[in-house]
Amino acid sequence: MEPMKIYANQLRIHIINMLAAAGSGHPGGALSAADLLIYLYFKEMKIDSEDKENPDRDRFILSKGHAAPVLYGTLAMKGFFNTSELTNLRKLGSFLQGHPDMLKVPGVEMSTGSLGQGFSASVGVALGGKIDEKSYRVYTLLGDGELQEGIIWEAAMAASHYKLDNLVAIIDHNGLQIDGTNDEVMKVNPLKEKWESFGWNVIEIDGHCFTDIEKSFKQAKEVKGKPTAIIAKTSKGKGVSFMENQVGWHGVTPSEAERVKAIEELEKNI
Amino acid sequence: MIATRESYGNILIELGKENKDIVVLDADLSKSTKTAGFAKQFPKRFINAGIAEQNLMGMAAGLATTGKIPFASTFAVFATGRAFEIIRNSICYPKLNVKIAATHAGITVGEDGGSHQSIEDIAIMRSLPNMKIIVPADDVETRQAVRAAALIDGPVYLRLGRLGVPPIFDENHTFTFGKGNVLKDGKDITIIGMGLMISKCLQAAELLKQEGISARVINISTIKPIDEELIIKAAKETKRILTVEEHSVIGGLGSAVCDVLSEHYPVQVVKMGMNDTFGESGKPEELLQKYGLTAENIYATAEKIVKNK
Repeated sequence: MEPMKIYANQLRIHIINMLAAAGSGHPGGALSAADLLIYLYFKEMKIDSEDKENPDRDRFILSKGHAAPVLYGTLAMKGFFNTSELTNLRKLGSFLQGHPDMLKVPGVEMSTGSLGQGFSASVGVALGGKIDEKSYRVYTLLGDGELQEGIIWEAAMAASHYKLDNLVAIIDHNGLQIDGTNDEVMKVNPLKEKWESFGWNVIEIDGHCFTDIEKSFKQAKEVKGKPTAIIAKTSKGKGVSFMENQVGWHGVTPSEAERVKAIEELEKNI
Repeated sequence: MIATRESYGNILIELGKENKDIVVLDADLSKSTKTAGFAKQFPKRFINAGIAEQNLMGMAAGLATTGKIPFASTFAVFATGRAFEIIRNSICYPKLNVKIAATHAGITVGEDGGSHQSIEDIAIMRSLPNMKIIVPADDVETRQAVRAAALIDGPVYLRLGRLGVPPIFDENHTFTFGKGNVLKDGKDITIIGMGLMISKCLQAAELLKQEGISARVINISTIKPIDEELIIKAAKETKRILTVEEHSVIGGLGSAVCDVLSEHYPVQVVKMGMNDTFGESGKPEELLQKYGLTAENIYATAEKIVKNK
């Protein structure tokens, strides 16, 4: 798992640099999902930047679209576009929109950003795979605050009703949202029981532990007849000590001094 | 008399046979929206979302990314109201190939009342970039319009009705997306209508003829993009325009016509439709009567305009 850790650290450096350059965006929720995305794109998914339209490719949809930097960084590292583009994030004329735009960004499978909708679309993509009897798998990353959207539960119901065992929903459970903790704003727990009662196979993991991540994807593949929800316990702002578990770093970007400090910390880990 | 929802259901089955990429989604209204026939014939390609219109549209968007041509159906009020933001962000923003075939539009829903009578759906859908809008007038036009919609690459909103409508076109008619039709020529005034108001516009033109008034009648079935050329030509040649729609006068056909003419050839435009009011329970014809959407009222309004009363 050593290379995964190194990639994840590189990704976090990209995230900090692109957000500092943009001057706006969401570092906390991007950093918390870095390990999950690295594992998905570098180990788990059948996906190739040289063959992006392959109808048999696995799909990833970032339902928590505000974490766009984690996706853009991963796609660039995976060769979908040049990493030098990353610092154009959110700038006029750049294809790297504030939230993922499938018409503009190579490798983005669905335009997302309005919470809950990416998950619903991922259910449609999984249905498409079933109709065509294809073997591709569909992965989607949800925020825990995002689970407060009604459409999530409409889509969760449909996914189990249609027995979409080709669908994996990963919940980036860092416990924080803009106005405070989930518990303060709108309680989403008990997550495990909620997803189970909607007919899902549920796996709880440490979202920063690659061994856990690997095991959960493996187990998800073995379960037939129902979709899998992976509840990944994460730390918002993971990897940068002064951002970790700080609600204030949801939608605020680092100053130049903070950027330097964060990069120093992350480089030490490589 | 056949309702446009019925024509939609019939042509869907034909399309389903011809193209395996056609999939149909509904939200527990397949008997009313008439997608039930497709569901029976192609159960593998029919997805019932249950009573969940947001996910209906979201799943349709996801299916479109896999190369499917999804037709998503429910009542117009729920399609464009409840699911609006999913249509905006998951269908129109990424320009996905989803066809929204919304039935039970307008006040002729009848007895279900104002909560179920969509009078604002066109206004809402018109404002969305990448969205195209078709309101067919009868059976022949509906079948052709649904076919045309399936061939368009991108989002299309099809507005369909519950009430049976008389035939306007014969089988030789060719629906051309983006083009209106002059159903009757005239020089004193142009009556522009859509959907089930077309037969009433034609009746009104007959009544006007008896008064010696020559009325042109235009069917606008593509609301967006609208046939600007035909509308400007009518304004130039008849100077007076009357629009008639089973929809609010705010943001619908009349507004779309005004948008064209105010910029290119300003003439008087009088809009008939729902005057910033909700509908109510009643028989469809009683409601059309109450809200002034009758041949007699179109005739009277046109006469007033022409005689400048």
